[in-house]
Amino acid sequence: MISIKDLKVSIEGKEILKGINLEVNPGELHAIMGPNGSGKSTLASVLAGRPEYEVTGGEILYKGKDLLELPADQRAKQGIFLAFQYPVEIPGVSIANFMRSAINELRKAKNLEPLDAMDFLSEIKDKMKNMGIDLEFLNRAVNEGFSGGEKKRNEIFQMTMMDPDMIILDETDSGLDIDALKIVSEGVNNFRTDEKAFLIITHYQRLLNYIVPDYVHVIYDGRIVKSGDKSLALELEEKGYEWIKKLSKEAVEN
Amino acid sequence: MAAKNKILEEITSAEYKYGFVTDIEMDTAPKGLNEDIIKLISSKKNEPEFMLEWRLKAYKYWLTMKQPQWQNVKFPPIDYQDSIYYAAPKQKAALKSLDEVDPEILSTFEKLGISLEEQKKLSGVAVDAVMDSVSVATTFKAKLGELGIIFCSFSDAVQEHPELIKQYIGSVVPYTDNYFAALNSAVFSDGSFCYIPKGVRCPMELSTYFRINAANTGQFERTLIIAEEGSYVSYLEGCTAPMRDKNQLHAAIVEIIAHKDAEVKYSTIQNWYPGNKEGVGGIYNFVTKRGICQGDNSKISWTQVETGAAITWKYPSVILKGDNSIGEFYSVAVTNNYQQADTGTKMIHIGKNTKSRIIAKGISAGKSNNSYRGLVRILKKAENARNFSQCDSLLMGDTCGAHTFPYIEVNNSTSKVEHEATTSKIEEDILFYCNQRGLATEEATNMIVNGFCKEVMKQLPMEFAVEAQKLLGISLEGSVG
Repeated sequence: MISIKDLKVSIEGKEILKGINLEVNPGELHAIMGPNGSGKSTLASVLAGRPEYEVTGGEILYKGKDLLELPADQRAKQGIFLAFQYPVEIPGVSIANFMRSAINELRKAKNLEPLDAMDFLSEIKDKMKNMGIDLEFLNRAVNEGFSGGEKKRNEIFQMTMMDPDMIILDETDSGLDIDALKIVSEGVNNFRTDEKAFLIITHYQRLLNYIVPDYVHVIYDGRIVKSGDKSLALELEEKGYEWIKKLSKEAVEN
Repeated sequence: MAAKNKILEEITSAEYKYGFVTDIEMDTAPKGLNEDIIKLISSKKNEPEFMLEWRLKAYKYWLTMKQPQWQNVKFPPIDYQDSIYYAAPKQKAALKSLDEVDPEILSTFEKLGISLEEQKKLSGVAVDAVMDSVSVATTFKAKLGELGIIFCSFSDAVQEHPELIKQYIGSVVPYTDNYFAALNSAVFSDGSFCYIPKGVRCPMELSTYFRINAANTGQFERTLIIAEEGSYVSYLEGCTAPMRDKNQLHAAIVEIIAHKDAEVKYSTIQNWYPGNKEGVGGIYNFVTKRGICQGDNSKISWTQVETGAAITWKYPSVILKGDNSIGEFYSVAVTNNYQQADTGTKMIHIGKNTKSRIIAKGISAGKSNNSYRGLVRILKKAENARNFSQCDSLLMGDTCGAHTFPYIEVNNSTSKVEHEATTSKIEEDILFYCNQRGLATEEATNMIVNGFCKEVMKQLPMEFAVEAQKLLGISLEGSVG
């Protein structure tokens, strides 16, 4: 699905990613862990095409094509979805209007007719029911006045509506209480299929109790310093990030 | 990044699409302003004596006045002697039907999307087309006539209904009102007139389409709408002009009189040429619009979408004289590049239980400046008067300005006045969020802007709301990278 080779990224002249290599195949769920400032969220932003970041080296192939050539909206149309760490508020734009515009843009990219209001409503209502979201939610402005949990749930809800192939969750667990965490995790787990690929970015192992990864990578100072299966997350929890710092130092010295 | 720059370049090169010039024979007065010019205008229009007298009084009053300085806009001094005050498409004496209208003029309006041939007309909209301040055609006149509705050019009304003109002209906006009102009263050349008789609900939208064509001319029209007891009319005006390097002055007057139980809804989609990206050229849009709720339970509602003009300076207002009368003002004002707008409203509460509502949305982009200026005045006898005002500003980029100047004067303690204001900005973060959901930057901007303006847009008649939405998109093209 996605193949990242020696990716180097800077922002305002400061190098954040110093050579990331990562391969995510359909059906796989990879977790990226690491301490604050290690470059996890930068990786998520770069994959989604955030314009402030400058790619200074390496390449990203998505479905075999050069991803870096595409602007953010094109990437979304090609099936890349980012669940934001801090979803923004859009005053005056209802969820219904926002989602309908988004979905119709995706349909347009696939040469499909736009959904009319009725078809759209019936589809969205089903998905809302599945996630236990109240109907009046549709008329609220996007994320305006939402609690932290509501915002994150809204991200996962949008994911199910947009039906992407490559899903990136950027610290979706941050600021969630245990109930919200369960709802969000359930939304993700129900969405997992053999065709979809996931990249879950998280600071804590806690989320991975609910969303079980196939692979875990630990990122530190702009590089992946250790990869393994789900047990790596537990090992990291136990030994702490100091252990990673040591590993990283050794890796650089070698 | 390269792709993004290309898109941006394409978008910013989008031009004002109404900027063409029509080549028609014109009848113009010599440059300059003096009593002889006013006499010439009056005689060209074959006006009765009372009109000429009124014009001359206005002119004399204007001479004693100074151009106002208090607006939050900047422009070089206007040389009033360097302008032409009468320019009309040359035509045979009197037009009996549309067939006699110069085909060039008809095709001009066709290009603007306004078909004057009745069989092709949008059903449900009657149009008075005004080019260079002269009405060139009014559609559906006969059909409206059956209901006793008079919808014609101002000049025709002066000829055919002088008693109504004499009674109402200047009754809401006297020529002493302000500098530009005095100037207009002296030199106005045409405009629209509308009279809805008692108890009649006008079955179609009435619309005036103003087009400036000639160069070096000032544009001065008047619109007068009289709604008799229990009547209703919805009125719409649209405006465009050619692209020229020199600024042109447009100083119009609109007067509305709503009698007992009458309702008038007046919508404007203003798209005068705004000048180029460097701020050269464009229309100075200095307009006085005012309505009076003369009778009890009457209602006047202004809706405006202001996207054009180099400078906009206008305050569509309502004098709430009748008890229980209602005044409304819904406004979207967009400024981009070097445009300046100082616009808002005045709600003057005189009668008991009068209500007013002000919803003003300002959108500033580029290096533009956008000000809301509004007055809510509650007079002593206005028992239980109510006002609600909401003024929101949206900034795009950090080189533009948004300003709010609310004035509130309350002289009756039983009244209630509420004012809310917000300022927001289209942040990179919001755009990226939308991009990530598959919306390109332009679409995202449109969506955000339309969300911001929704409350005002929904006041517009359906057919025009769609047009207005598109216009907002065009006006802001290229303002967000």
